[in-house]
Amino acid sequence: MLEKINEIRKKFSSAVQNAVNAKALEELRIEYLGKKGSVTGLLKSMKELSGEEKKNFGQQVNMLKNEITEAISGKTAEIKQKELEREINSVPEFDLSAPPVLDRGSYHPITLVQRECENVFRSMGFTVEDYSEIVTDYECFESLNIPKHHPARDMQDTYYLTNGQLLKSQTSAGQNAIYRKYRKALVEEGKPIKAIFPGRCFRNEATDACHENTFFQMEGVMVDKNISISNLIFFMKTMLSEVFRKDIKVRLRPGFFPFVEPGFELDISCLICGGEGCPSCKHSGWLELCPCGMIHPEVLKAGGIDPEEYTGFAFGLGMTRLAMMKYGIKDIRDLNSGNLKSLSQFTAE
Amino acid sequence: MFLSMNWISEFVDFSGLDKIEMIHRFSLSTAEVENEIYMKGSDISGIVVAEIKSVEAHPESKKLHLLKVDAGKEELVDVVCGAPNVRVGMKTAFAQVGAKIGDIAISPRKLAGYTSYGMCCSESEIGISDDNSGIMEITDDLANGTDIKDAYQIEDIIFEVDNKSLTNRPDLWGHYGIAREFSALTGRPLKPIETADLSQFDSLPSIDMKISDPLCQRYSCLQVDNIKRNISPVNMRIRLYYCGMRAINFLADLTNYLMLEMGQPMHAFDSRKVDKIRIRRFEEPFTFRTLDGVDRNIDENTLMICNGDKPVAIAGIMGGLDSEIVDDTTALTLESATFDAVSVRKSTVRLAHRTDASMRYEKCLDPEMTVTAIGRFVKLMLDADPQSRVISSLTDEYAYKYPQIAFDFTKAFVDRYTGIEIDNDTIVKTLESLGFGISVENDVFSVVIPSWRATKDITMKADIIEEITRIYGYDNFDVNTAVSPLYPVRIDIEKSVEDCIKDLLVKRFSLHEVHSYVWNYTDEYKALGIEAEDNIRLINATNPNIEVIRRSIVPTQLCQVKYNTDFADSFGLFEIGRTVDGVNPETNLCNEHKKLCITLFSKTESLERLYLKLRDIIAVMTDDIKHMPVFFENRQAVHSYQHPKNLNTVLCNGKSIGEIGVVYPTISKKIDKKASVVYAEIDVVDFAEIKANNIVYDEPSKYPEMEVDLTFMADRFAPIGSAVYTENSPLVKKISVVDTYKDDSGKSITVRILFSDRTKTLTREEVSAVTDRVIAKLAEKGITLKS
Repeated sequence: MLEKINEIRKKFSSAVQNAVNAKALEELRIEYLGKKGSVTGLLKSMKELSGEEKKNFGQQVNMLKNEITEAISGKTAEIKQKELEREINSVPEFDLSAPPVLDRGSYHPITLVQRECENVFRSMGFTVEDYSEIVTDYECFESLNIPKHHPARDMQDTYYLTNGQLLKSQTSAGQNAIYRKYRKALVEEGKPIKAIFPGRCFRNEATDACHENTFFQMEGVMVDKNISISNLIFFMKTMLSEVFRKDIKVRLRPGFFPFVEPGFELDISCLICGGEGCPSCKHSGWLELCPCGMIHPEVLKAGGIDPEEYTGFAFGLGMTRLAMMKYGIKDIRDLNSGNLKSLSQFTAE
Repeated sequence: MFLSMNWISEFVDFSGLDKIEMIHRFSLSTAEVENEIYMKGSDISGIVVAEIKSVEAHPESKKLHLLKVDAGKEELVDVVCGAPNVRVGMKTAFAQVGAKIGDIAISPRKLAGYTSYGMCCSESEIGISDDNSGIMEITDDLANGTDIKDAYQIEDIIFEVDNKSLTNRPDLWGHYGIAREFSALTGRPLKPIETADLSQFDSLPSIDMKISDPLCQRYSCLQVDNIKRNISPVNMRIRLYYCGMRAINFLADLTNYLMLEMGQPMHAFDSRKVDKIRIRRFEEPFTFRTLDGVDRNIDENTLMICNGDKPVAIAGIMGGLDSEIVDDTTALTLESATFDAVSVRKSTVRLAHRTDASMRYEKCLDPEMTVTAIGRFVKLMLDADPQSRVISSLTDEYAYKYPQIAFDFTKAFVDRYTGIEIDNDTIVKTLESLGFGISVENDVFSVVIPSWRATKDITMKADIIEEITRIYGYDNFDVNTAVSPLYPVRIDIEKSVEDCIKDLLVKRFSLHEVHSYVWNYTDEYKALGIEAEDNIRLINATNPNIEVIRRSIVPTQLCQVKYNTDFADSFGLFEIGRTVDGVNPETNLCNEHKKLCITLFSKTESLERLYLKLRDIIAVMTDDIKHMPVFFENRQAVHSYQHPKNLNTVLCNGKSIGEIGVVYPTISKKIDKKASVVYAEIDVVDFAEIKANNIVYDEPSKYPEMEVDLTFMADRFAPIGSAVYTENSPLVKKISVVDTYKDDSGKSITVRILFSDRTKTLTREEVSAVTDRVIAKLAEKGITLKS
């Protein structure tokens, strides 16, 4: 009987060597350990034995059974590993060296520059507002202390519409509405007016690489009980340093704008040469950047604010000019061209 | 305006000060100075006064002469000269050997066989006029050999002030006013202007003159005669030339000189033509020939100077040809007047003729100046031409006098406005130096505004702040942040919605933001076959192509799409811009709208797919920003660019917020023969105004959900969707389209309905009850389930 065990063992060990896949192994398991399998058959034949012999034989068969089970699971693992390796090897190494497909959209450069400025002002507690592009003579001139026939109206060639309205020639046209909107909060709750209102402006002039009839500005105002020239310089310097991300030197010169008194032209130290003098700043070391000033008492009055009690400053930043400076755009007409070869380059920063 | 430092220095003693540095301070405290400062005369040296002792014709040249000149040396100098005006006894400017004129160094030079030891110079070569018709003729009594730069004020510093920065300062349109600023900036006193005492002529007859119109504020005049001098003194001519004017003759030069010195325009009439001065307007229009020979149309608003009834000058702008001073003029009538600034400005615009005089009158000149200017004129005239005579008394009518302006302000006011400490002494000194009357008591200042600043420039306290601070110097300011209370920043919903839209379209859908103009591009529309719809117009557009304001962004964006067809096979554009929908008849104000316009262009995707893609963009937008679904409703096309079949209203929260459509086929083909083009236009304000839904948390069921797919023979999803929605079963969580298919039997749509119950495990019966009712409802409408 023991010979029979050895014979089965011998036969299995060669069979398991030759098994190549999971299916063959399963067949082997059935052939040896299944209900009609040869090892099962051995166990059945044990009935004929007795006593010590039966016990001994039983042990031998169990040993064989364990050997076979282990061999099959060992072989199964080996085959699985091989299959995994084959699967891994069947996939090539992918090539990432080709240029990636970005398929990205783009913002208009004005949007990017405007947002940068807006963020700086928001961080200083300013609200950001929008205003209409078509305004009345009152909004654009009268309320800004520019009465009819005032020479200041000569300075800007305004597009007038047949109904007497006009395309706003300056974002200052939004000032009166801002004062009216927030005067109650200012007077009754003591909340200072701090607002910026970017917008599109229009001037009736011939276009070329440096001149556009349609361009963007950003107006800012701050009104409270004790706003001073000193504050104005602080805010302009701080804001511009944030926008240009470096310490900017500013200087004020007297400038005449009817809606401010005193009015200033604000220059910043040249961004290219830092003030040494270069062709960009015509060797002066300074760039004329934005008009600003203390809000004219008549303008506050028109907005329903008592100039004896409140003072404030206002400024107008040229967004178009800022965008051109920042990105080195040489032809102002590119901005309204819709030409994606230019404009698609302005993804967010 | 060009300014001469020599001229300014006549009124303020600057000795020991750096003049260039002063000009920079002036630019920071008064008015913008252009970058380039001209150092006149610095490029010439070694030019002396010399007398021509002999003139011989050159044997071989018709033009050249051989001269011997006395340049103050022991020996006469041989000079070859080509100028036509050489003559013996004439004194001229002579560049000796070793002299420099610009880059040229004078050395002995052979000319047509003769050596010239120096060069006789024209005024143009020295740079003191543009006259190069001959060599300079010096009539002043100067010793030979005198350096010409010692004899005349050739060396000067000339700087240019931007006229725009002087619009509010009538007092700065002459050197004397500028000198006052320099005086305040340097603390050096301003000398009074020297004038002739006009009272000495009081006994002479007066001029028949009368102001008959309120537009003339003051008219002062005086008659002079026996003017013998024709050419102005050299120094006067140099100043005029350096300041951008040509010398004409003594009399004309003198009026110009006065204007540049005091800012007061003057005019001289031939006394034979003007003996009865009347200042008035005319009811009937007529033409008038000005002294430049141009016929100008005069209307009823133009103020005229007349001799009796006959116009002789346009007040404040230009004199007439008929009354101009001519060669045989012996007596002339000098006008020094002020006119209403707005009237002069309007006449200037109407006549399209701006002169140096009108430019000044527009700024509201000080009427106090007219008589001083005549006094100055007489002084300069008598100095340069002692034989000339005044033959009338000063005749002066002062019709409108500006009220004197005086007010008080406190130290606290100055402190509050400036935010820094400027002491009382500094305030008083500054205002005094600018000519203000000023006194201070207990921190209250009383100020009287000088007449030259009181015509419109300074009217109130805030104006005084500028005077104090600009002279104090903004560079000297302590810079401080504000001490205002802090409150949260108010968020403007419209602005934030706009930002969200832009981010979504750029970041998620890879669209490109563009800007366009607010008017119709009439020519470009025509090329694409888009009708340029009429709308409100600009009245002063320089180009008829951009005259009409657009009603929609779509056409302008289609023009931009056309421009970009070679940019990529597929791309999308968007803009948030303005449109105008006519004028509100009640308010007469434009109906301005803020619109979002999106256009998708593709050469690779089908029209349907592109249209659906755009629909999804809109749906994502309303979902993302307002947590709200969007619906579409087919509508009739009314604009040339709209597709008759595929045009839908976009509905959100039950109201229309815009439209989505396919571009009209012929326009689409003109953009690109094979491409699909679709667009959407959304009213940003209408959209922003929708109140956003909050997020309502729906706790997921712990029991298994069940999905049921049903395929119906149907063209459109809408009836299936509404059949499911009207069931209103709490078990239905979601319905989606998983497939659409078209075969011989027709179009079929497979929908997937997701069922879920939070309280228990779903039973097949519950689900079937719902689906059975849906199937039955649809069957009634003829929509059958596909077997």
